[in-house]
Parts: sequence; structure tokens; C-alpha cells
Amino acid sequence: MDLWDIFDKEWVPVGAWVEQFLNWVVSNFRFIFQAIKVPFDFVLSGLEDTLTGAPDLVMLAVITLVAWQAGGRRLGLISASCMLAIGLMGAWEESMTTLSIVLTCVVFCSIIGIPLGVVAAKRDRFWYVLQPFLDLMQTIPSFVYLVPIVMLFSIGNVSGVIVTFIYALPPVVRLTNLGIRQVRPDMVEAARAFGASKRQTLYKVELPLAMPTIMAGVNQTIMMALSMVVVSSMISVTGLGQMVLRGIGRLDMGLATVGGLGIVFLAVVIDRVSQSFGISARDRGHKKWYETGPIGFLRSKILKN
Amino acid sequence: MSNAQIECRDLWKIYGANSQKAMEAVLKDNLTKEEVRDQFDCVLGVRNASFSVKEGEIFCIMGLSGSGKSTLVRHVNRLIEPTSGQIHVAGQRVDTMAEPELRLLRAETIGMVFQHMALWPHRTLGENVGFGLEVRDVPYEARREAAIKALEAMDLSGWIDHYPDQLSGGMQQRVGLARALAADPEILLMDEPFSALDPLIRRQLQDQFLELSAKLKKTTLFITHDLDEAIRMGDHIAIMNDGEIVQIGTPEEIVTNPKDDYVAEFVKGISRVSLVHAETIMEPLEGRAATNKTIQTGAELSAIIDCFLDDQEPLTVVDPDGNSVGHITIKAALTALRG
Repeated sequence: MDLWDIFDKEWVPVGAWVEQFLNWVVSNFRFIFQAIKVPFDFVLSGLEDTLTGAPDLVMLAVITLVAWQAGGRRLGLISASCMLAIGLMGAWEESMTTLSIVLTCVVFCSIIGIPLGVVAAKRDRFWYVLQPFLDLMQTIPSFVYLVPIVMLFSIGNVSGVIVTFIYALPPVVRLTNLGIRQVRPDMVEAARAFGASKRQTLYKVELPLAMPTIMAGVNQTIMMALSMVVVSSMISVTGLGQMVLRGIGRLDMGLATVGGLGIVFLAVVIDRVSQSFGISARDRGHKKWYETGPIGFLRSKILKN
Repeated sequence: MSNAQIECRDLWKIYGANSQKAMEAVLKDNLTKEEVRDQFDCVLGVRNASFSVKEGEIFCIMGLSGSGKSTLVRHVNRLIEPTSGQIHVAGQRVDTMAEPELRLLRAETIGMVFQHMALWPHRTLGENVGFGLEVRDVPYEARREAAIKALEAMDLSGWIDHYPDQLSGGMQQRVGLARALAADPEILLMDEPFSALDPLIRRQLQDQFLELSAKLKKTTLFITHDLDEAIRMGDHIAIMNDGEIVQIGTPEEIVTNPKDDYVAEFVKGISRVSLVHAETIMEPLEGRAATNKTIQTGAELSAIIDCFLDDQEPLTVVDPDGNSVGHITIKAALTALRG
């Protein structure tokens, strides 16, 4: 062998190892992964049945009202027109499926990501260990783990949620960690000085003060989940992504465009609504949430009578 | 010490991973701050501090930034763990106390005011002030009532449902004070409470606090970097430098008898007219006949100078029983004024 071309030979057969390992896991531990699917399946099918099962106009009204409540009248109007556009283009059913996948993903990313972020903010060593995993999850091309996911979890919408979950989890962990670390130390010290326990300090001072940053993380997670819609449609996840994929496959530009526009409109709505959840009370003029939006409107009507 | 509310004995704080080893070495070889830093990579925060604060008095700790005064005061409610030494607060030993008792002590016995207010911006004033009660699960109505009372005492009655950022700096620090007083603690720790305020507001708050303090008689540990403030507020003053307490005394003792150059440097610019008293500067009578021009013991230097405005005859100092105890010449008065 020529010493100059030493790397012509594959010295470390990583590919073969991974394949063997994966086959071994699939044949011995598939039941574990099927069990992991259960909670995802539960939340997803519940959401999907509700969103697609409800009459279209009712859903349109609900989304408009939620947007109005979250971000004021202007956001209500923007959301109504975006959703109306989706409906008129004939992508309503698909957009509801995509919405339910994204929401499921957000639920699990928050449930798992926020506590991880809190622990990471409290323990430096945990944070150092966690960081490379988050980097890996964010940077490894999603096509790479698409196949193993299919082998372990099979195809379908639930697997789509899991793929999306892996990709979208890091921002919420990172920003929760950052948010908690950025709380002014004298705020925490004051809480301790008045006799608060660690838990009380976390819930009454640190989490509320970190909330705008945490919500920015949730918003990022949502955006990343949306960007996975088309990729995950390759493992036969239905919804807007599938429209795009099918359009590309058949060179049907019309169908692809409708799907693409649908994703854009849906993204605008979800992004704006989730961003306005993160606005601090100070910037809302110190009004309680029930004093604004449609609920505030109703409340003032009722209180007047 | 029978009536000491706060007492610290031989308190040391060394920051860093090797603090225990550094502690032993310091005790053995009496290392300086720099030697501790170079040999053990540790920072000496507080060096062998001992002091006691009597019930109802205001005890000022004065020093420049980095002198360890904030570190020292945080040992009293153990926001900072001492490396070695004893802390007694209100009859309880704090340095060995278990976590639940410590939390109770912080919530019930010690109120704290912070330099930058440290009010929680997401809570209304009522919720800020009632926090100490909230963490002890006091019901809402009682908390609200205590908050109303505490805010009233600070002239902030109408603001209970507003948020801290709607208030000016001076008002915010009054909220800080109200928060410290809400649980009616025996002890107040004040960490440079008025330093971040402009001079006029600072003066007002000092007066308001002195008035309140005369009424409530809280034992107060007051941190400041301003000797004028320390003299105005304190019954006793401890002066700190490089983590060490250099001198403890009444304002008059500190000003008239500074222990070393460091303290003398501080005292230089301080006006003595209301600090120095007749008995401090009088000379013994030594057979001299008492003059008709008399002044009571305890009279301030300003009053003595007033007596010399018309003529320059020496003054005779008399005690409350009418006995002549000494005399003051104009020279002595002017020397005392110069310092």
C-alpha cells in the first residue's frame, strides 16, 4: 500500500458499526421506542381530531380570537386574513394537520426543554455535558436520522413529531438556560433574604423574570418545527409539507406553491401569536391578560351591567 | 454581651476552592490579602471581624468599595457562608443554623434593604412588600393588610397596586424599606440603601429613616461608603479596609481620635462643629478660678464658638450639677475645629 494515499482505505468502518448497532437495537428494543410513541400519539391524535374535526369557520373564529387575545386587534385581523387565505386556497385541512403536529411538538419541547434549561442554568457541569448534544441535534442534517427514526418508530405523523422534536428542542433549552442565568443576581438575593426557599425563588422570581427569554425560545422552537414540515413529509407525514413534496415530485408547481404559501401564512400566524405571549407585563402597560382582548371586552360589558 | 442583638466573633471569609487550606495558612502565618491570592488563588473577603450591635442602635459599617462591608453584612443573615467564626443574631446562633430555621429567621427577624432596590418588576408594590409573608404561606388578606400598613408608614399609600417601574428612584427605595419592615422584624440590614439616589432625595430619606428609627427602635446595621452619612446615621461606626475592621467607635471618637492614617484620611474633610463636645476639648482647671462665662458639658463645638464671637475670654465648663470641671480657651476651640 502506498503510504502517501493512506486514507484510500477505510480504517474505521463507522458506517458498518452504526448499521449493525441499529439493527441490533431494532430487533431487541423496538418495544421501548414503540412505548415512547404513546404519549406523542395521544397528544397528537387528540389535537388533530379536534382541529380537523371542528367546522372550518369555528376554527377560523377560534384562531382569530386567540390571536386577538394574545396580541390585540391588529394581530387578530392579520391572523384572520392569513387563515382565510389558506382556507380559500383549499389547503385548510392540510394546514390543520400541520398545525396540530407543530403544536404537539411545542408541547413536548416545552415540557422537556424548559426543565432541562432550568437545571442547566443551575448546574454548570450539566450544561457543559448538555451543550454538545444540543449542538448535535441542531446541526446534524435531519435526513441522516430520518431513516433510523423510521426503523425505530415506523412512518406516519407521530414519527414526524419525533423527528421535529429532535430538531426543534435546542432553542428552548438554550434560551431557558440563558434567561434564568440573566436574572439580576440581586433579585435572587433579595428573595433569599426574605426567607424564600430555592423552589420559591425559582417559581416566584426567576421563572417570571426569565419568561420573555423563555418565550423567545419557545417561539424559535415553533419556527424550527415549521421548517421541518417539508422534510418530515418524506416519512409520509401528512399536511402542508406533503402538498409541497407531492407538487415537486409530480412537477406540479401549482400544488407546491399552494403548500408553500400555506406554510408561510401559517408561520406568520403562529410566529406573531407566540411572540406576543412573550411580551412582558411592563410593555403591555401592566394590564392583566383578562383585562385586554375579547375577554377584557366581554368582561367590561358584563361588569357594566 | 447581654443586650447585643447582633454579634459577630472572629469572622473570616475566604472565597475560592482552597478556602479551608488558605484559612489554616492564614491563621498560622498571618498572610496578607495578596499572599493569600498568590499562594492559594483565593480572595480574602473578611479578615477576623468582630463587632456587636446593641438592641435599638444604628451601627454603621463604613468603607470604600471592595473593603468587604457588603460581604460582612451578608453573613448576618447568612446569604454568604462564613469560612470561620461565630454569628449570633437575636439570641440565636446563625452560623450553625439549619436551613428551615434560617429561612424563618430571614423572613421574621431580619429585614434587608438593597443598594439597587432589588424590587421585583413583575410584582406590584403590594406583592413586593408582602413577599416575606407570602413565602411563609400567610393568607392573602393578612399579607395585604401588612403591605398597606408598611407602605403607609413610607407615605406610599395609594401605590399598592402599581408596579416598581412606575415609581421614581427615591420612591422605589421607600418601597424597599417598606418591604424590609413589613414583617415587623427586630433587625434591619441596610446595604448602601441611599447611595444610588441623588443628594437631595438621599438627605430626605436619611431624615425619614432616622425619624422612623427613633420611633420603631429597630436594631440596624447600616452599610455606607460615605462617612458623612455614617456620622449622621450611626450610634457607632466601624471602619473597614481590605476586609478588616480598622476602628470601631462613636462618630465623635472616630473623628477626634482616628486610629491610623487610613481613618485619619477619611476624617479630614468632616465638619466637627456638631461632633466635638465641650468635655472632649476642655483642659483641666488646675487651680484656675472659674469665670462667669460658662457652658454645659455636652455642648457642641458650634455653641462653644458662638461664645467666643463677642469676647475671647476662656470658657468654664460646668457639669449638670453645677460643678466647674474644666476650661476651654479660644485656641483649643479653633484647634478642635481645624482637626
